[in-house]
Amino acid sequence: MNAPDTTRRDFLCTLAGCAAALAGACGDVTHTEFFRSHFKELTPEDLDGILKKIERECETKYGKDVDVKNTPAREGVQFAYALDISRCVGCRRCVYACVAENNQSRDPVVQWIRVLEMDKEKGIDFEHANPYYDAETVPRPGHTYLPVACQHCENPPCVKTCPVGATWKEPDGIVVIDYDWCIGCRCCMSACPYGARRFNWKEPSLPADEMNPNLHVLGNRPRPKGVVEKCTWCVHRVRDGRYPACVEVCPVGARKFGNLLDPSSEIRYVLDKKRVFVLKNELATHPRFYYFYGL
Amino acid sequence: MLALALALAAWACGHGNAHELDLSAGWVPAADAPAAGTKLHTPPPPFSEGIFPCSECHEPDMPVNTKRRELSMAHQEIVLKHDAEHRWCLDCHDATDRDSLHLASGEKVPFEESYRLCGQCHGDKYRDWRAGVHGRRSGQWDGEKEYLLCVHCHNSHAPKFAPIKPLPPPPKPERTP
Repeated sequence: MNAPDTTRRDFLCTLAGCAAALAGACGDVTHTEFFRSHFKELTPEDLDGILKKIERECETKYGKDVDVKNTPAREGVQFAYALDISRCVGCRRCVYACVAENNQSRDPVVQWIRVLEMDKEKGIDFEHANPYYDAETVPRPGHTYLPVACQHCENPPCVKTCPVGATWKEPDGIVVIDYDWCIGCRCCMSACPYGARRFNWKEPSLPADEMNPNLHVLGNRPRPKGVVEKCTWCVHRVRDGRYPACVEVCPVGARKFGNLLDPSSEIRYVLDKKRVFVLKNELATHPRFYYFYGL
Repeated sequence: MLALALALAAWACGHGNAHELDLSAGWVPAADAPAAGTKLHTPPPPFSEGIFPCSECHEPDMPVNTKRRELSMAHQEIVLKHDAEHRWCLDCHDATDRDSLHLASGEKVPFEESYRLCGQCHGDKYRDWRAGVHGRRSGQWDGEKEYLLCVHCHNSHAPKFAPIKPLPPPPKPERTP
């Protein structure tokens, strides 16, 4: 057989060129974006370019100055969360504070926190839990409330199942998603035993005047259609030392957040002195989200 | 026995991830709450407008009446639902210094430190509050925390939380026919 006219290298280069041209023709995807590395392997220059591009896009789309950060995890910090279910009244203030803070789609409705109403007689029973309750006032007699969002598991099944590595656990314990890397296969959603992940079935809608311009690239930046999203413990706030939005808004003070490695943190006090449990302990996902009885 | 060994091995594998907490320095128990009486930075008490100083109306020569009665001259809006059987105004408010509260011991406590008064009976809540666990938290998780006084959330005369209107539920997903 004669030697081919084109070498393997030439062939691959042509193919790559065609792919890039095709990608370019398909939408607003640049060559750099198409051939970019995984988030954890990005060079500082590439990452900076990505942040700048998101800023430009947001500024054009929403007509306001935005700041897209990539604040990294801090050394010596392991985040954890605790929620006092003896206090939660099911008012859903946390749900809406989260939506406002994290730029979720308003239509279709995307909410990261789901508050489950349970019958006190049945105890914690997911089979009979109702997230759609509505009432003149809460708490309704005979009911108890259990807000559920991402549990930021120590052993997260969503991360294991993602075929492209678009979701991972950060060194401070926050499970994040790279929305540019997510292919929308929703394997993570089926793997999550807590139903904490949401898929953008349609183009998210977010009114410009309600858009929060304080953004994190792995957190609350506006998401495109076709990707999965979930709670990030307000990564853009907590890495700056602030509390997540849900903690600050809770009218009964049921939500606690802090650093597991700091013995004087609220979270360590709760773990040491209260009756604590995690959801679906038997699955060995080891959630970093603790529920407790504060009374 | 084999099953147990397998289960243990699986458990060990599950724990072998990079983010496991490093406990090589030994386990340090959680810190205790700051000592009772510690002065914590709180916002000013939420007085209704024009109510403070109390001495504006309660002049020193006003006779002290400790009798339980229907109030008719002022404060008619107060409904006492706080161990009402056993409590009356001057158990907490000071009769000689109207702009102050007092503890059971007689020690005067300014309204800015009313938590010390509440803490006499609600010691467990007071301790949790000092640790930052009871009550709404804002500020910095790694620094200055903002504490609220008990009375910012609880009406001191009727401390039980009133039920509130919930925000709307999420839409139910549509069922495919």
